[in-house]
This record gives sequence, structure tokens and C-alpha cells, in this order.
Amino acid sequence: MTTIITVTSGKGGVGKTTTSASIASGLALRGFKTAVIDFDVGLRNLDLIMGCERRVVYDFVNVIQGDANLHQALIKDKHCENLFVLPASQTRDKDALTEEGVEKVLKELEHQGFDYIVCDSPAGIEHGAVMALTFADQAIVVTNPEVSSVRDSDRILGIIQSKSRRAIEGREPVKEHLLVTRYSPKRAAEGEMLTYTDIQELLRIPLLGVIPESEVVLQASNQGIPAIHQKGTPVADAYQDAIGRFLGETHPLRFVDYEKPGLIKRLFGGK
Amino acid sequence: MSWLSLIFGEKKSTASVAKERLQLIIAHERTCASGPEFLPDLQKDLVAVISKYFPVNPDDIKVGLEKQGNYEVLEVNIVLPEGR
Repeated sequence: MTTIITVTSGKGGVGKTTTSASIASGLALRGFKTAVIDFDVGLRNLDLIMGCERRVVYDFVNVIQGDANLHQALIKDKHCENLFVLPASQTRDKDALTEEGVEKVLKELEHQGFDYIVCDSPAGIEHGAVMALTFADQAIVVTNPEVSSVRDSDRILGIIQSKSRRAIEGREPVKEHLLVTRYSPKRAAEGEMLTYTDIQELLRIPLLGVIPESEVVLQASNQGIPAIHQKGTPVADAYQDAIGRFLGETHPLRFVDYEKPGLIKRLFGGK
Repeated sequence: MSWLSLIFGEKKSTASVAKERLQLIIAHERTCASGPEFLPDLQKDLVAVISKYFPVNPDDIKVGLEKQGNYEVLEVNIVLPEGR
């Protein structure tokens, strides 16, 4: 059985590609045969985040249009044994992703014995984003603790509930997960930022994890190594916990509480 | 947030303002999103059916969904051409 996971958000720049890269890598590290597909046709970036940009020869649209076979287009990841990347095309033709074409590629991956297919959605609610969620079994909605991101997440949830195949065919609905990213426990504690419980209350879907705001994410993308490989950092640990929860394990939330520095620390401790 | 603001009365935290605003707008957008997506299609179909019997301007058929308490009222308003 192949499970299709769509990573989506509505709003851009909230961490969809970072999350896709880390979730796909994390699943592969756990031994699952995993493919991660970039659906952002025209603005491909997953290849950079995964560090395989110089090995792109064929892409998703080439496979859909029959110019290459899937085997030629899949790029084997450098860091994980069971992980493959399918890059997006840089074509400007927005309609290059046809529903039949996407379905054909997903079916073929299923035949090849993939356990998980992670679909990295483009921002927005246009064709590419809809294609990325059409075949989803599960959806990870990436949300920042910020008004526009929360509102857009709610919009995209509505689209999942109306336009996914599961919804249209009246099957069991897409399983939705909330992943809060760029979270600052300090600012949340001080009332400057929505807390993760606020966001969960507003969106009313189960919380998969909270990824703290961190310099590590930029350092990871600079090097083309998914953040989950930055061992020992809160970001990597938070992604590992999220993957554990996704697989049904229970992990207490970490990196969400802020401890106020004591008086002495405040007087002498600098920061 | 400093101790001064604690003494001189605290303004509401910006996060709670954000939450209240989101509660309102999300509730509003959810009620708008549930249903009316089919309204444009319904309107098109109605125009097609009615034009079979007499000429009618697509703009003369208005379809709307209104919420009145616990009921939803589907309102279809058709203006017949004059001088038939």
C-alpha cells in the first residue's frame, strides 16, 4: 500500500518545501521507500533544498508527456538509501500537469513499491496546488503563527475537503495534520505571537508537531541538506518527533515552552 | 512588555487580537465556502433550461443562498422579458 502525503499551506514561504524535504527524508531514514515530488511547475526549488539540483536531467512534466520514463527522472538522494526526488519542470506552461498525467505517475510509483509519496505543493490555490492535493491520502498543513498563514491554511483545508479525489468519490476523507513552523516559544509566551494551541483551536485539526524558528533551516538550505539531518538541533528533533507521531507513536511536544530567565540571569546574563 | 505597562494598565496582547480577528473571519469564510460553489453552475443550468421556452437574458436570473437562523433559503429570481 502506498500512502500519498501532500504538504500544503495556501500561503507561500511558510516552510512547505523545507517540511517536504525533512518529512520525506525522515520516512526514508525509518526504512520506508519514499519519493518526494515537486509540484511547483515553473518555480522548482525542492531540488535545491535536497541538494540534487545538478543532477536534474528529466523532470515530472517530461515523464507525464512521455519524453522520459520515471526511472530516468527519479533522482536518488545522497543521504538516504530509500529516497528519490522527482523534480518539477521549469516550463512556463501552467497546464503541463494534467490530472491523468499526475495519476499515471503516482500509479507507476505505487507499482514500483513505494511506501510513501510526498507531494510538495506550490503556494496558492491554483492548478498546481489543486493537482498536488487531488490524490492525497493524508495532508500536512504547514502554518506559521501569523494571521495570513492561518487564514490561508483554513482556505486550503476547505479545498482539500471539496476537491480531493477522496472527497469527490465520497471515500474516507483525507487525514489532515497541522504542522506549526517558525514557532517562537518566547514570543508566544509574551503574547506577541499566536500560540500553537490558538492555531489548533482556529483550524480544528490534529497537531502533528511544532517546529521552532531556527537559523538551522537557512544553514541547511544553504548546503542543500534537509534540516532533519542537522543532528542534535531542535529543528531536526522536532521533525523526528513529527514523523514519529505521523507513524502513530506518542511523543511529548518539545521546544514549545519558554522559561523566563531569573532575575540574576537577567542582570548579569546578557541576553 | 515591561513592568511599567503592568502598572499602568496593560493593553490586550497583539496575539489575542490576532486570534479574535481570525475567529471572526474564518467563521465567516467557512459559511461562505460551504455551498455557494455550485451556485454559478446552477445559474448557468437554469438559464439554459429557461431559454428553451422563451428568450431570457442571463443577467435576469439571480440565484442566491441566504442563511436565516437555522434555515438556508435558496432564492431564485427570474425577471421575464416584457411585452411578450
